[in-house]
Amino acid sequence: MKKIKYSEVTPEKIYRHRRSFIKSMGLGAGSIALTSIPFINSARSKEDTLTSYKDITTYNNYYEFGTSKSDPYINSQNFKTTPWSISIEGEVEKPIKLSMEEITETFISEERIYRLRCVEGWSMVIPWMGFSLSELLSKVNPTSKAKFVEFESVYDPEQMKGQRYPVLNWPYREGLRIDEAMHPITTVVTGVYGKALPNQNGAPLRIFVPWKYGFKSAKAIVKIKLVENMPTSSWMRSSPREYGFYSNVNPNVSHPRWSQATERVIGEGILAPRIETEMFNGYGDEVAHLYSGMDLKKNF
Amino acid sequence: MQKYIKIPIFFFCLLPILIIFYQIAFNQLGPEPVKKITHVTGEWTLRFIIITLAMTPLQKFTKLNFWISYRRMFGLFVFFYASAHMMTYVGIDYRFDWSSIGDDIIKKKFIFAGFLAWLLLVPLALTSSKRMIRLLRDKWKKLHKLVYIISLLGIIHYLWLVKVVTVEPLIYLIIIVILLTLRVKMKFN
Repeated sequence: MKKIKYSEVTPEKIYRHRRSFIKSMGLGAGSIALTSIPFINSARSKEDTLTSYKDITTYNNYYEFGTSKSDPYINSQNFKTTPWSISIEGEVEKPIKLSMEEITETFISEERIYRLRCVEGWSMVIPWMGFSLSELLSKVNPTSKAKFVEFESVYDPEQMKGQRYPVLNWPYREGLRIDEAMHPITTVVTGVYGKALPNQNGAPLRIFVPWKYGFKSAKAIVKIKLVENMPTSSWMRSSPREYGFYSNVNPNVSHPRWSQATERVIGEGILAPRIETEMFNGYGDEVAHLYSGMDLKKNF
Repeated sequence: MQKYIKIPIFFFCLLPILIIFYQIAFNQLGPEPVKKITHVTGEWTLRFIIITLAMTPLQKFTKLNFWISYRRMFGLFVFFYASAHMMTYVGIDYRFDWSSIGDDIIKKKFIFAGFLAWLLLVPLALTSSKRMIRLLRDKWKKLHKLVYIISLLGIIHYLWLVKVVTVEPLIYLIIIVILLTLRVKMKFN
């Protein structure tokens, strides 16, 4: 992977300024720049202010590095992400193994600002860098038997101290239905805030599914497998009553332990009220059609 | 003599809440300050339950009576931190949105357990004065046995709350179970 020198990195302040500059240009040249980035113009993200780089990179749920939200930042600093490769296999015509270098050369990452809603009732607005998962999957030609996609995260208890304890069924597994995986906003993430993805956020490569609770977006992925039957994710195995396969953000279906009607925006301070959680995390226009005719209370 | 020790102990017991006020003032509670306050006050409630429950066994084992003279103060700090914990949830987190809170109490078993524990603490706090002890006599002893149920509700509240059971709630559970078994043993001896 191309090394980015510290001097080349955009400081957060300039980054924010640049964004507000683009915004202030309104429908002029700015919108031309913005149209190349899909879905950035959705109503919700326009009003959202970006969560600070510090909060995005120091407040993480990543049990491989510990169960406390400050653990991933502390315990992942020496995690080695080179060399790294991802194999895409299963119900595909051309199974492949891609190195991280090949991925960054083949696919162009763009900025994608999405809201992250954690099942615990908090949210962030994150300027990810990434590309659509569908681009990656088109390389392998999924067969007609490919109904689901299973993501497998790295298993390396030597480097990931959280994996030395049976907190979850390691390695971390997640899954999507094939149409969910092929949806253009389902993103392969390679960076954040214009920088390489920090280890605590799932480096070198993770998935981000904007309309689902955060745990659906597996980190540090080593294997993507296309399968015929619905895979069982680590959280489904841990507590099937609490975590369903779909796990779409849904204010009307409350988790057995937490109401999902509202959320707390990270970085807003002690006096800010909770805000109402939106169906599909505000991405209903894009994804609601995937679930037409489905009982989302049953398929939670 | 004991009076002079009691005052510094009282201020030590206040330290956790003072630290929270300091952290609020200097913005040191991290990205989710409300959750942090909720967690810290909750943990201190459990710690004070453990301290309170430990006084009688300590008196029995050391044959020193002074332990008991601190018990009421620690017990009242249980109520203090439990109330701070609940007020954070009700007032700061949910802005007295009673319909959401009521919904939570009915539907979420961990909130029900916690709310019940706090409710049971109220009569204990109200009857903690020397006058009430004299007035209620045997009934007072019976009433204050509620603290055993409260301690169990408190730890169940914690265990039901966590996504995966980690070491911390288990440590609290083990200590509380040990303290309660000591009670049963003392009774049969």
